[in-house]
Amino acid sequence: MLKVKDLHAEINGKEILRGINLEVRPGEVHAIMGPNGSGKSTLSMVLAGNPAYTVTGGEAEFYGKDLLAMQPEIRSHEGLFLGFQYPVEIPGVSMVNFMRAAINAKREYFHEPPMSATDFLKMMREKRAVVELDTKLASRSVNEGFSGGEKKRNEIFQMAMLEPRLSILDETDSGLDIDALRIVAEGVNKLKTDNNATIVITHYQRLLDYIKPDFVHILYKGRIVMTGGPELALELESRGYDWIKEQEDRND
Amino acid sequence: MSAINQYTELFRAHREMIDANGAGPLNQLRDTACRMLEVNRLPAKGAENYQDTDLDAMLAPDFGLNLDKIDIDVNPGATFRCDVPLVKSSLFLMENDTLVSAEGAGESLPEGVLAGSLRKFAREYPGLVEKYYGEAASMDNPIVALDSMFAQDGLFLYVPRGVRLERPVQLVNILSNGMPLMAVRRVLVVLEAGAEAKLLVCDHTQQDGVRFMDLQTVELFVGQGARLDYYEIEESSRDTSRLSALYLRQSEDSNVTVDGMTLFNGESRNEYFCDFDGEGASLRLYGMSIGDESRRLSTYTRINHAVPRCQSDELFKYTVDGEAHADFTGRIYVAPGAVKTEAYQANRSLVGSDKAKVFSKPQLEIYNDDVKCSHGSAIGQLDPMQMFYMRTRGLPESEARLLLRQAFMADVIDAVGIESLRDRLRLLVERRFAGAETACSSCRRGDGSCAVHCE
Repeated sequence: MLKVKDLHAEINGKEILRGINLEVRPGEVHAIMGPNGSGKSTLSMVLAGNPAYTVTGGEAEFYGKDLLAMQPEIRSHEGLFLGFQYPVEIPGVSMVNFMRAAINAKREYFHEPPMSATDFLKMMREKRAVVELDTKLASRSVNEGFSGGEKKRNEIFQMAMLEPRLSILDETDSGLDIDALRIVAEGVNKLKTDNNATIVITHYQRLLDYIKPDFVHILYKGRIVMTGGPELALELESRGYDWIKEQEDRND
Repeated sequence: MSAINQYTELFRAHREMIDANGAGPLNQLRDTACRMLEVNRLPAKGAENYQDTDLDAMLAPDFGLNLDKIDIDVNPGATFRCDVPLVKSSLFLMENDTLVSAEGAGESLPEGVLAGSLRKFAREYPGLVEKYYGEAASMDNPIVALDSMFAQDGLFLYVPRGVRLERPVQLVNILSNGMPLMAVRRVLVVLEAGAEAKLLVCDHTQQDGVRFMDLQTVELFVGQGARLDYYEIEESSRDTSRLSALYLRQSEDSNVTVDGMTLFNGESRNEYFCDFDGEGASLRLYGMSIGDESRRLSTYTRINHAVPRCQSDELFKYTVDGEAHADFTGRIYVAPGAVKTEAYQANRSLVGSDKAKVFSKPQLEIYNDDVKCSHGSAIGQLDPMQMFYMRTRGLPESEARLLLRQAFMADVIDAVGIESLRDRLRLLVERRFAGAETACSSCRRGDGSCAVHCE
């Protein structure tokens, strides 16, 4: 579904991604790990289409279409979802209105009529249950006054609502206590099917105890320098990143 | 030559006619008003507090004044549909500067309440009107002086001690004429101790392409422990100028909300002078304006904390696009003895184009130590991360922008204490941002296909 070839990107004239190659197929779970500043979040922002970043080379194909040519909202309609590391607060816009606008924008894209109020509320109710999101939160402004855990649960709730084909979860585990982590991870697992895929960006092995990856990639200095199975994450947990850094810096 | 001369000369030439169509208490102040205009002249553009307002230019056009109160044929039916419909209100209609009889409007009002034509009540109860008329408004202010020189009618609302109005009072002002016209209006509200009222004033202009000057002075007297909500909504036209001066006097433990919303306008200057006369009073002074094309809005506020233990909360929000200007000067004065004062002021603006401008001048003068005060001014653009976040959920850029701009105005609308009006305003603001044509111009087409109001 996703084919990334030699992707280069920069922000404010600084090159962050220096040749990313990645292929994701339906049903797969990929983990992307790496030390701070290696480009993990930049990769997620570039794939989701944040206009603050400039793609300077390479390509990305999503179900055969040129992903990089699409506006962020089109990427969303086509089935790409980004779970933010820092979910954005939007005071004055209620979660309900936000989600209704999102769902109906997608339906319009596929030439479907807007969802009825009854169906929409029923859908909200069902999807809230996936991450045990409080009813009260759904009626409040988007992420405003939410705790760290609530914000992350709200991301997975939105993912459940939008039913993406590919979800990129950017450090969804950061700032979560162990209970919230379990709820979020279980939410992701419940949404898993043979037809969708997940890219989990994380610092720690901990999340991967709950969300089992098929592939683990190590990102360093804007490149994927190593790819392995779940055992690679365990090795990182015990050995840290230093051996990879040394190996790579020697090659430079 | 100053533009003011044409008005003082007109006044001197038609003094008798003006008085004959006025009323005793109103006529009494005219000479002083004229003299003040002749002595003070008009403040120049760029003068203190007139940073972006050119009164001379605004008053220069040869506006007609209907001093003889000739009936101008207004078709209120069209505008009634344009109205912000409150489910249950005591509705009064003002055609240009004449309050026309509102059938049944006064019937449901509690005994002792006076609501309706200022001219009528000034003739019937001269003592009562004289006690308040011109008491708060200062003749040093050219808007007040010009208004006092010509004012012949307006709305008078008097609520006696302890009486609570269940229904909001609504005043719909309609500007309508075939040629340039200056409408001179006066609003006088007196709430005695413990009284409660909500007043909504809507301004409409019926014709596009005709220049109007909408001149008003508002005086609000709020007695001890009384509560007043005063809302203004301007939905005029590109060719309408508005000069408004509002004076508020609050007695002890009174509670007032003033919320001024400019949805469509040409060039408007809204002034608010708020005085605390008694301790323990609180005021919420809010406002918003949506400016695009070459619309102008200028706000001047002065809140005077002369006595201890009063609270004021001030918030003005603007969006400007195209070549629109918005200008805010807000002054809070806390007197030496006014301990335990709480005063907060904020002015926030979103600038959506290179040629749009916002001027902001917050001023806080505090002369004692025992206060909680703050002021803030922020001028900026929509947050790019909020935009991006919304777009990743599938909202097109235009819709994300619309939702964010609506959200920006949310707190000003939420301050409105009439639920049906709040809901209506949300819708009006949404449609305004969505690019709907002006409310009244579409009603004027007469095909009932009004974009904003008539559903």
